[in-house]
Amino acid sequence: MNLDLGPEYAAFRAHVADFLARHWPPAPGADPAQAAAAFRREAVEAGFLYRSVPRIYGGGEQAPDPARARIIREEFARAGAPRELEGPGVSMLVPTLLARGADWQKERFIPKTLSGEIIWCQGYSEPGAGSDLASLRTKAVLEGDEWVITGQKVWTTLAHLAHYMFILVRTEPDAPKHEGLSYLLLDMKQPGVTVRPLKQMTGGREFNEVFLDGARTPAHWIVGKRGEGWAVSRTTLKHERDAIGSSARTEDMFAKLVQLARSVEIDGAPAIERADIRQALARIEGYVLAQRYSSFRAQSMSNAGEEPGLIGALNKLNGAEIGHRIAALAQELIGDDGLSMPPLGRKGGARGHEKWVNQIMGSLGVAIAGGSSNIQRNVIAERALGLPRGHGDGA
Amino acid sequence: MNFRLSDEQREMSETVRRFARARGDSGARRVAFESETGHDAAFWRELMALGVGGVVLPERHGGLGLKLIDLALVAEALGYAAAPGPFLGHVLAGLAIDLCGDAAQKQRWLPALAAGEAIAAIAIAEAGDRCRPEASQIGVRNGALTGEKRDALFPELADVIVVATADGFALVEKGAAGMTFTPRDGADRTRRLSHIAFARTPAELMPTRAEAAIGDAALVLLAADAFGGASRCLDMAVEYAKTREQFGRPIGAFQGVKHQLANMAVDVEPARGLFWYAAYVFDAAPEERARMAAAAKAHIADVYMQAARLMIEIHGGVGYTWDHDAQIYFKRALFDFAYLGTPSRHRDRQAALAGWSARAHA
Repeated sequence: MNLDLGPEYAAFRAHVADFLARHWPPAPGADPAQAAAAFRREAVEAGFLYRSVPRIYGGGEQAPDPARARIIREEFARAGAPRELEGPGVSMLVPTLLARGADWQKERFIPKTLSGEIIWCQGYSEPGAGSDLASLRTKAVLEGDEWVITGQKVWTTLAHLAHYMFILVRTEPDAPKHEGLSYLLLDMKQPGVTVRPLKQMTGGREFNEVFLDGARTPAHWIVGKRGEGWAVSRTTLKHERDAIGSSARTEDMFAKLVQLARSVEIDGAPAIERADIRQALARIEGYVLAQRYSSFRAQSMSNAGEEPGLIGALNKLNGAEIGHRIAALAQELIGDDGLSMPPLGRKGGARGHEKWVNQIMGSLGVAIAGGSSNIQRNVIAERALGLPRGHGDGA
Repeated sequence: MNFRLSDEQREMSETVRRFARARGDSGARRVAFESETGHDAAFWRELMALGVGGVVLPERHGGLGLKLIDLALVAEALGYAAAPGPFLGHVLAGLAIDLCGDAAQKQRWLPALAAGEAIAAIAIAEAGDRCRPEASQIGVRNGALTGEKRDALFPELADVIVVATADGFALVEKGAAGMTFTPRDGADRTRRLSHIAFARTPAELMPTRAEAAIGDAALVLLAADAFGGASRCLDMAVEYAKTREQFGRPIGAFQGVKHQLANMAVDVEPARGLFWYAAYVFDAAPEERARMAAAAKAHIADVYMQAARLMIEIHGGVGYTWDHDAQIYFKRALFDFAYLGTPSRHRDRQAALAGWSARAHA
């Protein structure tokens, strides 16, 4: 057991800081988008971004190391430098293609996804297939050398901007429900695809409905084989759940919560100096630390080819539960700023702390997206704890 | 980065776990729980034969020369088995003598403690909620100790008692004059507590001061014990839910029970990383030691308590009986919760040690 918390990591932090000092911020007057893209290229080259992706596909290709990843996050945040792009393409499709994709798919799609030139959306949920995803009905039929796709997807984040969709469709209507699905890649910019935005409770419009009416995609734009879509989608879902349940995400949120407690006053005294607030913060920090060091353990074990056990199944629910706790304390801290509807987007014209209301609502999104918390509980109970399968919903 | 157990670490903790579980489940735990003294001499001898008495003690004094993480893994295994006996006081006293004693004191006690030929106890707490060794008020004057310590583990059995005083740790030997024990009618009958009154009792101060470190080690070992106990509660509850049938099927087939068990797992399993880290920094990053020990004890003592409550709830009526061992785990959880300070006391320290104030923007 060796976390090398000593000199090697201090040197690495200095190395990152030195890189940032040389590359960020860009020269005054530079185009912000181009400057960010150029910076990301340098940062990938230096091995600071997309560390799990091989260099031939445009990644930084480094051994997994959460401690180094954390140093990079902290230093990049301190410098206000661009970090990895977010969204379903980077967090879900890229890992899935790396695990299950054909070489031409990796070459064609991964580099441009990492650079932000290609935006993806995820075509999973349907009006009748949410938690019971495998019952989905959107179908694809092979006509010549093209799939022809008909059906409807929903809660499709970024569909209005996306160039492509990775989509789960039914291709084998006579097979049992989990064995009849395939995982296709689909060009969104075509006549058979109609996107209709949905307004979320935050007021944002990242959500969409997507109607597929004879949309077409080449026969070889399939990831895995026909009928393997469920297994391939599990790869993606696992990555979605890991991203949602990652300790980096909760650590960042907790650090912001502590900053919030430093900056607000309750009855004229700094909130962070009140015993009740300190107790509440320390209680949440217990969960954050536990998640952090368990993820260190799990990562070290998988690096060594060992199976970390129960913890892998818990990540998403754990992250969602911590998000709820952070939201609840943030509500206390922001006081009557919690009466406000926050402005949209990250910047906006927030006067006080009402932008936390977005986090408070967002924590619910985390508990729902990628398999709701109750579905997670079923999965943990049945697959990790070995309890009998099935719904057991009555006597 | 490597935050995993070596083969040796895994082997040692598995050996202790197998032994303690087999002996505990086949009666040692229950017999000790029901007994007059709470001590099972045969179980203790066999445990000591595994080398558990000297895990962190230097090899030149007969120990294994390992780190606190290795000892914490043993504490976890014993917590999993709810193993009875003076382990916690014994190993903390040994660590205190190693860190604080002079050459003669170490030579006199450490080989015997490592081999299990002698038993040691440690007396930390005092009245007025003083649960940290560095907060001790009783003192040694002219080689004599006067005053009262509370809730030492099995001091009656001890050949030597390490007593936290305002002047550092002092050694008091078995049968010393002016020493009286008042047993607490404790809930956790696997770990018996007594108050000790000293009246001009001969005591030998140790020269080096390390009260805070010993207090932190105690919290880490309690957290490790609590993790072991909590993970056993989860295992017991899952096992029971798979076998107990109602409404014509195992109760674990019902979603309400599944979700309770999943929630337990989400609380319990990640806590492993926290006690590992707190134990790891004890040796590897002393500047984090106090804060992580406080966080681990506070968090995991709460987790254990909640896991024990749910475990009993899932067992229903049988879990509420004296004869089922569920109650022993519940009472171990009560102990780990309250002993050497409740979670909220340690959260206060955790917050103070983090520098959480309006001014410091660390």
